[in-house]
Amino acid sequence: MTKYIIRRLLWMIVLLFGVSFVTFIIFYLLPSANPALLRAGHAPTAALIKAIEHQLGLDKPWYVQYLDYMKALVLHFNFGYSYFYNTAVRTMIFNRLPATISLALGAAVIWLVSGIIIGTISAVRPRSRFDRFSMGAALVAISAPPYWLGLVTLFLFSTSVGRFPIFPGAGSYVPLTQNPLHWFTGLILPWLVLAASFAAIYARLLRGNLIEVMSEDYIRTARAKGVPERRVIVRHGIRSAITPLVSAAGVDIGVLLGGVILVESVFSIPGIGNLAYQSILVGDLPMIQGTVLIGAFFIVAMNLIVDIAYAFIDPRVRYS
Amino acid sequence: MSTREALLEVDNLKVEFRTDDGVVHAVDGASYTVRPGTTLGIVGESGSGKSVSALTMLGLTRSKRTQVSGRILFEGRDLLTLPDDELRQIRGDDIAMIFQDPLSSLHPFYKVGQQLIEAVLMHRSVSKAAARDRAINLLELVGIPDPHRRVDAYPHEFSGGMRQRAMIAMALANEPKLLIADEPTTALDVTVQAQILALLEDLQQRLGMAMIIITHDLGVVAEVADEIAVMYAGRIVERAGTERIFATPHHPYTWGLLKSIPRLDTPRSEDLVPISGRPPSLINRPSGCHFHPRCPYVREEHRRIDPKLQDVPGEFGHLVACLLPVELRRRVWKGLQSGQTPEELRHLVDDKPVPEAVAAAPPGKEAGP
Repeated sequence: MTKYIIRRLLWMIVLLFGVSFVTFIIFYLLPSANPALLRAGHAPTAALIKAIEHQLGLDKPWYVQYLDYMKALVLHFNFGYSYFYNTAVRTMIFNRLPATISLALGAAVIWLVSGIIIGTISAVRPRSRFDRFSMGAALVAISAPPYWLGLVTLFLFSTSVGRFPIFPGAGSYVPLTQNPLHWFTGLILPWLVLAASFAAIYARLLRGNLIEVMSEDYIRTARAKGVPERRVIVRHGIRSAITPLVSAAGVDIGVLLGGVILVESVFSIPGIGNLAYQSILVGDLPMIQGTVLIGAFFIVAMNLIVDIAYAFIDPRVRYS
Repeated sequence: MSTREALLEVDNLKVEFRTDDGVVHAVDGASYTVRPGTTLGIVGESGSGKSVSALTMLGLTRSKRTQVSGRILFEGRDLLTLPDDELRQIRGDDIAMIFQDPLSSLHPFYKVGQQLIEAVLMHRSVSKAAARDRAINLLELVGIPDPHRRVDAYPHEFSGGMRQRAMIAMALANEPKLLIADEPTTALDVTVQAQILALLEDLQQRLGMAMIIITHDLGVVAEVADEIAVMYAGRIVERAGTERIFATPHHPYTWGLLKSIPRLDTPRSEDLVPISGRPPSLINRPSGCHFHPRCPYVREEHRRIDPKLQDVPGEFGHLVACLLPVELRRRVWKGLQSGQTPEELRHLVDDKPVPEAVAAAPPGKEAGP
């Protein structure tokens, strides 16, 4: 097991190198706009642009630029400096991380709890009224784009522009350390919007798995032992049916930790996704590179955690 | 036959499942009794209703789409009318059950010991430690070596035979009065099959419990069962003491079952005779005698008349549902025993044409119904 984890960690490093190289190629060699031009003001002279390019190191050969970047990253954990904010990319990302983590993990709790409850009830009573209604609602939730859903909830429930002003609206994010209550209330709408489609997907996934599991022979054995039905469902049924959800949740949370672009933008939450989006608009290449790398790191790391967790969830899984 | 009171009395049990394709008549009027400490073998092909009758006894077929009628008296209580929770308390306590495939019947994520402990704790208010001791004792009882260590193993770490032993241990957790074994040896290697049967027989004698062994293989119950019920298309077509069934069987289907298993006491040159055709659909069952499309001795009126399960004259306790005259059946069985084929014996029945299924099928090949 230890050997396996070490091997996976080494692979993780190789993979992150690969990601850094590919994003570097995409954004440095094929930039959407010349970053020097974006920084040169309204009527830039060719000389000014040249000077800025030199200052940013953009006039060096691409491989030199990449090597410089990687050297700083590996030796000093330095992601470079933002063209736009004139601060260290690392500082910016670490400042933004708590907001994204709050959003992603809070939403994950909501979608896991609601998805598991709805999926279980639907699976235990398939074709019932509850099942038909919740699976229909799930389809709507999956189909609704989050930015649209975000705007709708803002216009319905936000205290700023809402018809029924119940929850704080866009731009009301407060760090947890500053005011836990406002942190919580400010995130309620974003959490719900982000969790909606995931809850729907997980409910459907669990429903399908659980229906299948409940016809397994070992469920019949549990019933034949005289285990009460509720315990049969939870201890014997859900225990098996939930394993695919664990891997799905790991990967989904990993993706979201790298930034929730749409929801962060709609609710003006100062997270990684918002940062990445703004950076792309202004051609802030080091910042783009930094956010992509941090996103890739979370995805790869969560995948590793899921695989390790699997060995504990399913005793038949052994890594060697 | 003993006059002791029956432990289990199944009376005219009917189980129907409503499906999208129609009503499945899984069990159609089965009646049998099991006395304490004895073993009943229920024999039949897959889809003959033998498992369904047992699962219904435990309430495991209860659903909106299932229609059950008749009576299943266990120690005088009708299991069919018991509320779910009272029936649950009997399951795994007074009546326990083991199944065909021990690997899929054990939960893959829990240790064997945990599953045994659960079986104990469901019906006994003892401490976890006491339940664990009981689990170790049970594993020892069913012959699993090194039970102190094995109690913490997962099912996938056991061999097939050990898994079935663990299933048996779990069924015995609360010393049931009746153990139902549904194809207990079918999924096992031939060498292990004999071990498991010997174990069941030994445990029965030591614990004094009654058993129902459900199987498609007459060979399995030949040694173990006191009485055998042969099921076909949801009905019992023949019922008698085990020796009777093997010595003087009266139903053509039983003859087919007996002639299709190899025996050591017949000449090796004698061919095994398969039963032609397939088990009938339980949605659209054949008219008259349900076995008539596959019966080598069918007469015209058998397609219309539905035989009743009746005493065989002169053989007390032997019941059969066959329309052929009793003397004729005895002659056909004598012929079969002397190595004659059903085709050669056909003339005894009458001179009417041979049914298509038999005429069309060369020996050894299966024909459509």
